[in-house]
Amino acid sequence: MRYWLQWSTVAIVVTAVLAGACTQPADEDDLASQPLVVYSGRNEALIGQLLKRFERHTGLQVKVRYASTSELVATLLEEGKATPADVFISQDAAALGALVAAGRLKPLRQELLSRVEPRFRAPGGEWIGISGRARCLVYAPERIGADELPTSLDELGDARFRGRFGVAPANGSFQAHMAVYRTVRGADALGRLLAAMVANEPGRYAKNSAIVEAVSAGEIDFGVVNHYYLWRAKEENPSVSAENFFLTEGEASSFINLAGAGALSDRPDAARLITFLLSDDAQAYFAAETFEYPLVPGIEPSVELTPLAEIDTPDVDYGAVSAALSATLSDIVDSGLLR
Amino acid sequence: MPTAASATQGRPRTSVARGRVSRSPSLVFVAILAVLTAAAVNLPLVYLFLRAAQQGVSGYASVVFSTSTARLTVRTLGLVFGVVATATPLAVTLAWVVTRTDLPGRRFWAATAALPLVFPSYVAALTFVASFGPRGYLQRLLEDFGIERLPDFAYGFSGALLVLTLYTYPYIFLLTVAGLRSLDATTEEASRSLGCGRWRTFFSAVLPQLLPAMAPGALLVTLYTLADFGAVSIVRYNTFTMAIYNAYQALFDRSIAASLATVLVVLTASFIVLEIWFLSHLRPARLGASRPARAIPLGKWRGPVMAGVAGLSLINVWVPVAVLLSWSVRGLGRGSSVAEAGWSALNSLGVALPTAVLAVALSLPIAVWAVRVASIPARVTQALSFAGYALPGLVVGLALVFVTLRLIPVLYQSLTILTAAYVIRFLPEAISASRSSLATLAPTFEEAAKALGGSPWRVFRTVTLPLIKPGLLAGSGLVFLTTMKELPATLILRPTGFDTLATVIWSAASEGIYSRAALPAICLLAVSFFPVYLLIIRPSLRESPS
Repeated sequence: MRYWLQWSTVAIVVTAVLAGACTQPADEDDLASQPLVVYSGRNEALIGQLLKRFERHTGLQVKVRYASTSELVATLLEEGKATPADVFISQDAAALGALVAAGRLKPLRQELLSRVEPRFRAPGGEWIGISGRARCLVYAPERIGADELPTSLDELGDARFRGRFGVAPANGSFQAHMAVYRTVRGADALGRLLAAMVANEPGRYAKNSAIVEAVSAGEIDFGVVNHYYLWRAKEENPSVSAENFFLTEGEASSFINLAGAGALSDRPDAARLITFLLSDDAQAYFAAETFEYPLVPGIEPSVELTPLAEIDTPDVDYGAVSAALSATLSDIVDSGLLR
Repeated sequence: MPTAASATQGRPRTSVARGRVSRSPSLVFVAILAVLTAAAVNLPLVYLFLRAAQQGVSGYASVVFSTSTARLTVRTLGLVFGVVATATPLAVTLAWVVTRTDLPGRRFWAATAALPLVFPSYVAALTFVASFGPRGYLQRLLEDFGIERLPDFAYGFSGALLVLTLYTYPYIFLLTVAGLRSLDATTEEASRSLGCGRWRTFFSAVLPQLLPAMAPGALLVTLYTLADFGAVSIVRYNTFTMAIYNAYQALFDRSIAASLATVLVVLTASFIVLEIWFLSHLRPARLGASRPARAIPLGKWRGPVMAGVAGLSLINVWVPVAVLLSWSVRGLGRGSSVAEAGWSALNSLGVALPTAVLAVALSLPIAVWAVRVASIPARVTQALSFAGYALPGLVVGLALVFVTLRLIPVLYQSLTILTAAYVIRFLPEAISASRSSLATLAPTFEEAAKALGGSPWRVFRTVTLPLIKPGLLAGSGLVFLTTMKELPATLILRPTGFDTLATVIWSAASEGIYSRAALPAICLLAVSFFPVYLLIIRPSLRESPS
């Protein structure tokens, strides 16, 4: 009685340590029967059904780990080669660039890569875009005509737009866009743009969807967003009265961000899943369900969008964009845009 | 609440609590357990400094000694002081009203005032912004009166201040209620009979005696505010946790994030040390109410006070619950899954319950050693065991990824490691509960039992444990509650496919699908309510034996 607690505690600790020390990594023979492990920075609402469809098609079991893209990248970098993940699905291209820089992604096969235009994949072939999201303006036609809207980001500083537009400075897409702007136009130009924006007292919103709501509700006349939020808002509430407008002038005023995927293991099923995400079927799913741009030529968007080919995107490497994000974020904070 | 239950027992807090305990083999064993636990919970801190060191001295200095870090420190400290400065008077006023006046339904109002405890800050902030934002529900109600837009107070500093104050004051409130109940009324009466008015009596005779009860509550509010990510990210107020998160998001650079986190660790540690110093310089209160203080009649103030108490609970309990319920109804019409909420509720319970038991069990050796021996190593061990409180959940998560894969890869992404992460983060809550229960228990009981020939373990089991049980239960209730709400470490360490209520809420809310986040949020509040009410709120509000 007297010492049983002590001894049992010691026994448990010793057993646990021994168990840890003696454990070998699982045998690799039964790899085929192991579930395919996917880390998804893309929300379950935007990809869950598609992964279930893949399971049904192939009979493979897929285990998905959902978290934000940045948390998953931090986890993958921490895990290194010991990662249990086979595939990483990212909500933005810069995150994939960071994994390429760390040498974590396996090169994809050329016939898979050639499904999309070169601007929508890694220069070294380590990842491929699966859907596109264009930066644009959303505006309320009853309050501001399309011909009165700015035609470039640089015009956001014009006095006539004071207090009339909204941005989401804490949002990843906004930051990525600013990083592209910084890469193409330089740090000074970004500083001037941000200062001009701040001086114009824009509405600051937490997310793109809040900007669309604010435009529709009459709070602001236009806002800088990703294109698909308008269509999602219209799906939820058909009375939403707003339209998208694409900036055509000024270098880096428009930008297409990508959701993309990369393989972390050499397991053939990993490539099989990525191939599936670029199949006509899956691409049509993105068009119909998430209102994004399909990236495979020939699959049309489900709603009226400016064709991808007509959107002028700056010629930048997404790896360079991820490298510029750090400085961009401090610029945004320093400008006072992010309170 | 750490000291609440023990304080209500109304035993004198004496300096005898530190005993002259002989160096028995059992005590050595207790010390070994305490040191092992403290070492284990400090692994993430070691990891953090390793990562921060990766960029070298100059790199580290350039991050830490920069204007943006200075600005972050000012913003974070500003918020901390703001929240403590508003939550303390609010909590003390409420506590005074529900313990010392003839307000009708005092017990009900006291329980309601403690309820915000069960709201995770991200749920609180979401409903707050939806209700009181520039175009929230309140504005829509006022639209008929021509109000197009409310002032922007729901965001930025004012938003963070309001949300954190409204949802953290219960930490101070419960401890103050317990303090007021166990306070000896004779001091007050003496003050009154010497001609001091009510206000002067309160400030000169009551308040100083309440400080030992309020200080730990204020520390909890401080630590909560320092570590909060949910509320500040939703109301967009940039603090350290936001900056650390942004560093991961924007840079994918773990060493910069780690460097920022070391500053947060130092800030948190200073507050912990400050509290210890503050408490040790206070005169101990005369506890052990000889008889309950007479209720002060509110008279013509009854109406306004009632309106104030009810209005507060409307803002921080009933409106958010109503908003969540209306979202849930909308969500059910749009394929929100009851089964998903049910399963994730079971998962949440399945990890939160063992965590609560384990954390309290592990806290005991540390507390026993620190309270009964109070040597320098014992106190240092106890202070070190607070490490988890100073670390953002994201850092604890990444540290355990690093450690587990190198030491025990077979346990990677298992419930064992997830539970370990929770214990690391929330052990301090259990320690403060165990510590204050033990501190108020005079060792004379134990010494008598030992003199009668009981073995140390038998004395602990039959004498000490039953006497400190209410305090331990309150500690486990607090650990349970915070584990249910935990998000960042859960996202990183959970087994793949293992959803808790917190992750389900996050998943829906991060895409702005609030109708689908509401049902699990309601479940989270409901599941947390019962243990929190039974273990924390009810014992704190119970009349002290007189």
